[in-house]
Amino acid sequence: MRPRANARGRVEGRSGGPRRRSLTSGGPWGPIFVAPQTLLFLAFFLIPVVIAVALAFMEVRPTSMSWVGLANFRRALSDQLFHRALINTSVFTAVVVVFWLGKALLVAYLLDPMNQALQTFFKSAFYLPAVTSGVIISLIWLWIFNPTFGLLNAFVGLFGVDPIAWLGNTNTALPALMFMQVVMGGGSSIVLLSAALARIPRDLYEVAIIDGAKRPTIFAKVILPLIRPTLLYLVVTGTINTFQVFEAVYVMTQGGPQFATTTVVFRIYQEAFQRFNLGYASAQAIVLFVITFIMAAVQFRLLGQNVEY
Amino acid sequence: MAVRIDPFLRDPSHPVKPTPLGAVLILVVLIVLSLAALVPLYWMFATSLTPSAMTVRFPPELIPTDPTLDNYRAVLRQPNFWRWVTNSTIQAISVTAVIVATASMAGYALAKLPFRGSRLLFWLFILSMMLPFEAILVPLFLVVTRLGMVDTYAGLLLPLMAAPFAIFLMKQFIQTLPTELIDAARVDGASEPRIFLDVVVPLVRPGLAFLGIITFVAQWNLFVWPLVVTRSSEMRTLQVGLVLIREQEPLFFGLQMAAAVMAAIPVVVVFFAFQRYFLRGVTVGALKG
Repeated sequence: MRPRANARGRVEGRSGGPRRRSLTSGGPWGPIFVAPQTLLFLAFFLIPVVIAVALAFMEVRPTSMSWVGLANFRRALSDQLFHRALINTSVFTAVVVVFWLGKALLVAYLLDPMNQALQTFFKSAFYLPAVTSGVIISLIWLWIFNPTFGLLNAFVGLFGVDPIAWLGNTNTALPALMFMQVVMGGGSSIVLLSAALARIPRDLYEVAIIDGAKRPTIFAKVILPLIRPTLLYLVVTGTINTFQVFEAVYVMTQGGPQFATTTVVFRIYQEAFQRFNLGYASAQAIVLFVITFIMAAVQFRLLGQNVEY
Repeated sequence: MAVRIDPFLRDPSHPVKPTPLGAVLILVVLIVLSLAALVPLYWMFATSLTPSAMTVRFPPELIPTDPTLDNYRAVLRQPNFWRWVTNSTIQAISVTAVIVATASMAGYALAKLPFRGSRLLFWLFILSMMLPFEAILVPLFLVVTRLGMVDTYAGLLLPLMAAPFAIFLMKQFIQTLPTELIDAARVDGASEPRIFLDVVVPLVRPGLAFLGIITFVAQWNLFVWPLVVTRSSEMRTLQVGLVLIREQEPLFFGLQMAAAVMAAIPVVVVFFAFQRYFLRGVTVGALKG
């Protein structure tokens, strides 16, 4: 039995086998079996979502709550710092997703014609940073980026470059975080892309080779169309996840210097848990959700065309 | 017949055959890219063995000339360090156990025991997977506050046990089982709980193992929710504790790295013990926060 979740997040078929039994096959057992997860879902997902929407239209004080209509959203629209966070997060996401996916695609493509032992070795090597927690990775890079004693300055010093305060400079702080994310990322995407490449029927290559197609043509005409569903999945989930960047910012820069690395989720965190503006924080969280949703929808539209399901 | 190994480590059955020079170039690119990701991990380990006096020196020494375990001893002396380890262990194990048990039950019900509203429920679970956890962080915290569960195990653990992705995964696994098998057991007079335990669970064991492994790793590494919902040092988890250590001892890099190594050990062990589950190419992206 090969555990395989559907990469497209789509439900396949109806239930296995003929659907002879209709609504009552398990008697009361169906509802009983879903009850524990449904209760958890209600208490810790559905109710919070409803509250989130309500809070966004309220001003929350330690002792009272009052209805303020769209004031929180208007405030978000005119909030310079929130704008800054949106721009930082968008730049971060765009750069990281492009380079991280490019790296993953390159590695998976290069690995594909190599033997099994070598593939396993490199996949493990690339995967190891992916199982290491974000906090640990952030602490390591905080040390590597250290302006006085850090490994990176020792390295660039070999080329005669003066020490740089990577995280202390408004020009380098965000690129430094992006660099870290790209260098350490990609492990699970490489594995997924590799599996997608391995599923391509070998005869398709052979036909293309007999037709005299060159390597780049094979890549563009045979490989890319066939791994498109996997790529789509990775772009969508990668964009959504990257847009939520928080841990690295919290551990490494606290949004600084001068808000150069303030991201949306870090803004929400500050507003909610350091300044206790729960209403305003909720409005920002809803803006975050709407943006995430639109990005996913647009990507599905752009990349989903001609995908064979 | 002896197995011939290609000297350039190519797969002899693959229709695309890189030239020897091409294969060497491929190896060079792969080595450079993987070293970039592995050197930081090595650096964490090397620094953890370096005496603190030697870490504040430039240029740094790449291989500790005078390795010591002092940093590890200093980590163990941190107040509450063992509490953090215990809390992280409780969190990872209990949340994983509950999710594996309840999500497979829910997956079975949604796949094989349709009832009024079960399709709607399934779509609610699917839809909820699109909403990033960070978007409900604030209201979730309010709910937990209202329930009086801030800074308690209940507040830390219960919200993490709601796992729509796990339900989805288990439903997909269980869906592939032949319904005839379940019907046969039913004809034999087995009750639904019996069928679940004796027929379904043994058949989806690989799926359960996979779900358990990725959930354990994700839970061990979790940061945002424990950071928000715990207040006292005794209730912190290891990931939050790492940040506390760094805030208290910003210049003791050896200490920070030793603590990081210790926090990484469980997931690295799980990774190497169950490598094939990770490298098989199952869609797990949705779980990594």
